[in-house]
Amino acid sequence: MSAQQQEPEEPETQEVPEDQEMSGLASPQQERLQRKQESKAQRERAADEGDLDGDAVHLKVFRYDPEVADKQEPRFDDFHVPFERGMTVLDALIYARDEFDSSLTFRHSCRQAICGSDAFFVNGRQRLGCKTQISELDQPVRVEPLPHQEVVKDLVVDMDHFYDQMHAVEPYFQSEDLPEGEEQRQSRENREKVKMSTRCIWCGACMSSCNIAAGDNQYLGPAAINKAYRFAMDEREEEEIKEHRLRIVEQEHGVWRCQTQFSCTEVCPKDIPLTEHIQELKREAVKKNLKFW
Amino acid sequence: MYEHDVIVVGGGGAGLRAAIGAHEAGADTAIVTKLHPVRSHTGAAEGGINAALREGDDWELHAYDTMKGSDYLGDAPAIETLAQDAPEDVITLEHWGMPFSREDDGRVSQRPFGGLSFPRTTYAGAETGHHLLHTMYEQAVKRGIQVYDEWFVMNLAVTDEPDPNDRSCHGVVGYDVQTGKIEGFKARDGVVLATGPLGQAFDHTTNAVSCTGDGQAMAYRAGVPLEDMEFIQFHPTSLPSTGVLISEGVRGEGGILYNNEGERFMFEYGYANNDGELASRDVVSRAELTEVNEGRGVNDEYVHLDMRHLGEERIMDRLENILHLAEDFEGVDGLVEPMPVKPGQHYAMGGIETDENGQTNIDGLYAAGECACVSVHGGNRLGGNALPELIVFGKRAGRHAAGEDLGEARIETGYSPDVEEETDVDFPVEPGEAGIEPAVGEPVADGAGQVTDADAVLERAVEAERERVDYLMDKDDGVQHAEIRSKLQKAMTRDVNVFRTEEGIKRALKVIRECREEYQDVYVDDPSRTFNTDLQMTVETRNLIDVAETIALGALVREEFRGAHWRKEHQERKDDEWLKHTMISWNGGKPSVWYRPVILEGEGETYEPKVRSY
Repeated sequence: MSAQQQEPEEPETQEVPEDQEMSGLASPQQERLQRKQESKAQRERAADEGDLDGDAVHLKVFRYDPEVADKQEPRFDDFHVPFERGMTVLDALIYARDEFDSSLTFRHSCRQAICGSDAFFVNGRQRLGCKTQISELDQPVRVEPLPHQEVVKDLVVDMDHFYDQMHAVEPYFQSEDLPEGEEQRQSRENREKVKMSTRCIWCGACMSSCNIAAGDNQYLGPAAINKAYRFAMDEREEEEIKEHRLRIVEQEHGVWRCQTQFSCTEVCPKDIPLTEHIQELKREAVKKNLKFW
Repeated sequence: MYEHDVIVVGGGGAGLRAAIGAHEAGADTAIVTKLHPVRSHTGAAEGGINAALREGDDWELHAYDTMKGSDYLGDAPAIETLAQDAPEDVITLEHWGMPFSREDDGRVSQRPFGGLSFPRTTYAGAETGHHLLHTMYEQAVKRGIQVYDEWFVMNLAVTDEPDPNDRSCHGVVGYDVQTGKIEGFKARDGVVLATGPLGQAFDHTTNAVSCTGDGQAMAYRAGVPLEDMEFIQFHPTSLPSTGVLISEGVRGEGGILYNNEGERFMFEYGYANNDGELASRDVVSRAELTEVNEGRGVNDEYVHLDMRHLGEERIMDRLENILHLAEDFEGVDGLVEPMPVKPGQHYAMGGIETDENGQTNIDGLYAAGECACVSVHGGNRLGGNALPELIVFGKRAGRHAAGEDLGEARIETGYSPDVEEETDVDFPVEPGEAGIEPAVGEPVADGAGQVTDADAVLERAVEAERERVDYLMDKDDGVQHAEIRSKLQKAMTRDVNVFRTEEGIKRALKVIRECREEYQDVYVDDPSRTFNTDLQMTVETRNLIDVAETIALGALVREEFRGAHWRKEHQERKDDEWLKHTMISWNGGKPSVWYRPVILEGEGETYEPKVRSY
């Protein structure tokens, strides 16, 4: 049975395009493999055409600094960075900063898609700078801070609101009934069930892509709801805590705000099926016969 | 000024565990971190956590493997503490909800790792560090531990008695990255440094860009010796383009290394006939580079790591993350092609000298995690032993800093002129000779104008940092940090790498000295006080120069071949002379090198050095 059929009536729910219905989605693995093949083919085509190496990458980077006179009015700066095979958006930004303008500011750390600090708006889409190959993008490559977040400077946005929403779902294990001196048991199936939800790296891409979050500042948002899912579905927590968790997510600015637009799922750099998780929590909330609003 | 009982610097695995430990011991605890805790480099750890949890295994075996893996340069009290505490601390993580991989019976899975006599590496897919980091951050949130995120700690507030062993630490000086504000953080009971790695001293590293050895450099300049800095682990499987780590878990699950002729060289060329691909990391790293140097590398640069034969199901179950990394950073599909790999700087075995309770020779100053050297890893760290170090010694440091009695430590700290032996190796390039302008370098404790009142010590430190920042910001031109940093990194990767020669190390020391001189002319171009990463990286670069110098110096004076430290001119492990730790003290800006004997006497047995046979 699909998620759509199980949902309670939602007056505001938009029509979901046929091909995006959850029952029709390929598994994350299938999608990943498909994407992989496509991107590889694309890279090979570009290499065959011989226009990958030696070219300069044209970056258009958003600039703003509340303190510096000529940056107080937001603008775009152009940088031309020598292309190297395998170069990512982050590599290009680092080159621009180190070679051309040391005041160019952005967060980054691990450059392997796990610290979650370099989510930017690249060519109109939320992406991690470190795992986005320049060769897959149209030029000029336009790099902006995450939309719907307050800009601190250049590509750096204020993450406090995002963190607050993450904290609002009580994102910590609350089991009281712990075995003495040994681990709790958890079935492989249950671990598999929560596995994708535990991969969140708090990059904020999903929140930034969500139209509902943009319009409703109190909406918990996909990342926080996914965090709630991670615990609510973990069989090691007791039933009462699960009910408590469902009560948190079915509050006024919780799961029912989601209009299944799938933008969060589309931009998630860790392939977390966020929309599906939100829908599943809706179902759980109904099953628990909790109050509607 | 902010004030807490315990201030933990760094929000990664060790920092979070220290903060939770201190909090549980009743202390008002705060974490000050230059990132946000979930951005910390612990998140990049992949393989797993060693702990003797099962029948057939016990802590003594874990301790023995670790001592052997360290090439007998680990201290028995530290290693035994690690092995004894790890099972309980891993169970605690599970109780906190960490999503470990599971066996059919629901217990946590364990897998084999290099150098282990029992498959005792617990793991959560190939993203163990990510889950460890997030699980511990969740627990810090649960306890309401205060986190000052994006506050970069620039210096320690330490009294300046002439003898470092008499000094005390009263807090730290923080720089609010978002606003540029510089403030003191007073620690009533103690400061725990948990600032992590120093991999950015190298050009090709698995470490994040935040890993700039800040804790090591600050402690060193405050008077804490750095221990065994020459022992840098090079991980045999990092991706050639970026240095991104491919977990040892791939080889643990049965991944195979091939040269460009399709030969399984670990066996066929006899590098490790018993262990093959699962030999210690130093052995595999040297084998790979030997293949490349002898013309059997792929594209003259790397070798192939193949996991295709494991099958999609097993790969997806246990190593899925590796597929993503190979795909995103090399454009290789690990299910249908072998992955390119080469050795990359990965881990610093050495660091801030501490005892089993995380304490340094400076009263009130602690260190834990990769920035510290309790000496559990000695000459070479075993895979899966970094994460238990974080939780075991993070917890102990936090608790001890909060005033809990953990018993007397057996490991001594600090230099004692009557007992310790100094090195007789001459430094060909006088390191650190260049006079350092006080406004550019930190105020160095030298005993002049002693201040002992805690508030006054902190105020003085804050004032000095404000002056230093003003100086760097006001200067109109000069050299930029990126230029110096890049030069330093290239020299270290060229000459203080897997294979080391006397000539090469001396060349590196010369470059480090040049970097130190050039740093006198460094300036910050970005005029803004808002999120000034230019300023932050300039200060970090100073830290990198200091730690790089100790790494190169340590490598020069240790005239033997032990663990990860390979010297062309000295192809033997010399137990008669070298069962001792290399200690480097700041000594007013001119490093002095001395030694401390290794402690091989454990609780029950004395670990007798055995020949390493492969």
